[in-house]
Amino acid sequence: MSATTTDSFARVDATVSYKTPIVMAAFAALVGLAFGVFGKTETVAFQWSNPEDFIHIPDFIVGSNTVGLVAGVVLLAIALVAFVQARGAHKTPLWLTLIFGLVAVVALLGWLAAGNAVPFAFILGNAVVLAVPIALGAMGGIMSERVGVVNIAIEGQLLTGAFLAAVVGSLTDNLYLGLIAAMVGAALLSMVLAAFAIVYLVDQIIVGVVLNVLVLGITNFLYSQWLSSDGQNSNFPGTFDIIPIPGLSSIPILGPALFESRLTTYLTYLIIPALWFILFKTKLGLRARAVGEHPLAADTVGINVARTRFWWVTLGGVVAGLGGAALTIGSVGAFGRGMSGGQGFIALAVVILGRWHPFSAAAAALLFGFSIILRVWANQVSPGIPTDFITMVPYVVTLIAVIGFVGRVRAPAADGQPYIKG
Amino acid sequence: MTTDKQASTWSTAAKEIVSGGAFRAFLSVVLGFVVGAIFMVFSSEAFLQALTYFTARPTDALSAGWTAIADGYSALFRGSIYNYKADDIVAALRPITETLRFAGPLIAAGLGVALGFRVGLFNIGASGQILFGALAATFVSTRVSLPWGVHLVVAAVVAIAAAAAYGALVGFLKARTGAHEVIVTIMLNYVAAGLLTFAFRQDYLLLEANGGGTPKSDPPAVTAQLPTLFGDAYTLHAGFLISLVGVVIYWWLMERSTIGFRFRMVGHNLDAARTAGINVNRTFVYAMAASGAFVGIAAVNQALGATAGLTPDLDGSIGFDAITVALLGSSTGPGVLLAGLLFGAFKAGAPAMQVIGLSPEVTGVIQGFIVLFIAAPPLVRAIFRLPAPQKTTVISDWWAGLRQKGAKK
Repeated sequence: MSATTTDSFARVDATVSYKTPIVMAAFAALVGLAFGVFGKTETVAFQWSNPEDFIHIPDFIVGSNTVGLVAGVVLLAIALVAFVQARGAHKTPLWLTLIFGLVAVVALLGWLAAGNAVPFAFILGNAVVLAVPIALGAMGGIMSERVGVVNIAIEGQLLTGAFLAAVVGSLTDNLYLGLIAAMVGAALLSMVLAAFAIVYLVDQIIVGVVLNVLVLGITNFLYSQWLSSDGQNSNFPGTFDIIPIPGLSSIPILGPALFESRLTTYLTYLIIPALWFILFKTKLGLRARAVGEHPLAADTVGINVARTRFWWVTLGGVVAGLGGAALTIGSVGAFGRGMSGGQGFIALAVVILGRWHPFSAAAAALLFGFSIILRVWANQVSPGIPTDFITMVPYVVTLIAVIGFVGRVRAPAADGQPYIKG
Repeated sequence: MTTDKQASTWSTAAKEIVSGGAFRAFLSVVLGFVVGAIFMVFSSEAFLQALTYFTARPTDALSAGWTAIADGYSALFRGSIYNYKADDIVAALRPITETLRFAGPLIAAGLGVALGFRVGLFNIGASGQILFGALAATFVSTRVSLPWGVHLVVAAVVAIAAAAAYGALVGFLKARTGAHEVIVTIMLNYVAAGLLTFAFRQDYLLLEANGGGTPKSDPPAVTAQLPTLFGDAYTLHAGFLISLVGVVIYWWLMERSTIGFRFRMVGHNLDAARTAGINVNRTFVYAMAASGAFVGIAAVNQALGATAGLTPDLDGSIGFDAITVALLGSSTGPGVLLAGLLFGAFKAGAPAMQVIGLSPEVTGVIQGFIVLFIAAPPLVRAIFRLPAPQKTTVISDWWAGLRQKGAKK
């Protein structure tokens, strides 16, 4: 399923590498020592569900350092498995890495909340909501980069979407119109990027950066000149209602977190698998990937490279614009100055961390969403913890990924290359 | 015949000028100001009201629009160049010194990004390099005590070295693992911000004396502060001079030195450079280190030019503005100097525009459109119907002839 082409190419130069098990073992030792041996002795209550939930699971109360010790042992075992895999010149499977991360996170939660409780549903639910704009931005980025156009302008698209959703939603008093305006606005921005990159052959990264500067300048100006004084009329959109999905929302732990959310979140649930299906299971997706990998070959078999690129980049803008709308009318309502706050750049990292694959990218987006809520929650539950380090974790993880820890990341071969029809 | 030939030389020269990068940059700035004017007009209450009865009395709307533009740009002029409404000459000249003060870090960081562009590297990490440099500088300036003079020099050198090291790390990772510098620099920006905030929050590191929960450092020790250039009446400090020295060094490095030649060669054609025996990977590391060093001058400006305690947002928007400065300056020393001065003027003009009720963010719009036009040469050429870039070299031949004559004398 997962990008079979990537794997088959990577296998050619696969050698025995102990990088992964070594880093894993170091992490395991760190967790075991810091949270276990030298951990806190207070107990911690893992709250699986809210008392008012349909199916209530009793809290799981355990000593904080016990959690750390057990986690350390489990992590060490996973590192051992990775070591055995590496000896056979196999790469560590992605699911093993994910489990590794999950266990480490549980240990961290247990340590942070010593003498307190870990509300799982609350953390997971917020992580999902925070991950939605990042995930949608990343999907837009994937759509653009899969056809060979680097999209640095995700930040600008999120900001455009957020701004238009709030303003149009307020002025027309119709959130659906706001949602459409967000998608159209971000798509127009994408069209500019596409036109410059494909027609004028301007450096794609530079155009992307310039568009970000432009959107930030315009929205900042309009915000301070207009929205901040006329907020009641123009910047008071409200948000989509929270709709619990009957049945699904009463699943223990996951239900309240995933299926009591807003329209933008549910659209994200639809878009991610849809994008995967189109990219990897349809002729349309095959053509798009061909354009991104080898435009000359694609052109030779009769695919219109320029047109394919143009429309995929534009549709990527639609998706990113939806992500922008999720920042305002899908979450807090009103627009704030520069409110995308670098999430577009995080989305860019998520694209790479997710290896240009919708599902992996969605998981990576969730990691970032999780780290944001973790910082907020950690500040409440144990003040004085240096949360700046928690903030840094996803960036460091991305760095480690980019420099080759989770296997060499391979971009679409023609990513960023203009195609000049000869 | 001779006049014919002369005339054609002149027209070729004229064509070279109007199709050249410098003229296009100038036109882009003009276009940026035009777009800014449009934004000013449409944010004017008087204009919007007059617009409602436009067909009945169009002159009202036109004059209101003109007033909005004139007010806006004269406020920008008063705030950034010369305040002709000031009571005395000291106050009247303050705006231009403010422009220079804001331009200092922009020029330096712009040089760093520009150097990257020349090598084919996109250094988006100026913000992180400034923060990392400032972190090191603040440690020296607030936690180490040294005699007057030495303290400032040590703090400045440490800041530049730290920023250079942070840049070199990017080059190293790119050379060693092939990681794309854009992603690495973006990530390192956040890492630097996290490190700095952490250090500014801990009392055993850099938190100010009697500081509370908000991350803030002590002001730099008096011995480590950059001296003001024109006495206490102006806040302009020696950081601007360091940036100017940076421009000269940049020009020499890129146009005259061997390493600069290697930089440019790698930027022009990676494969040709490799074939010619240049170690491309090592060049990446050197180039990113040099890029970071120039950005480090911006860190010196920010960290040692301050008289109050520093906060984690000490880099402001310099990191990103530096990209626009480098683009507008077409990555040449003099170009970056001029672009830095222009954007410094935008920053200095902000308070004066605020006073007349115009959001100073309008300069952000102007800035954005300028770089949009810069980034897309075909667009500007289409708007002004300019000729395509010329292959003739009349002007550079003439220039070379002049220099030869000078050398003979």
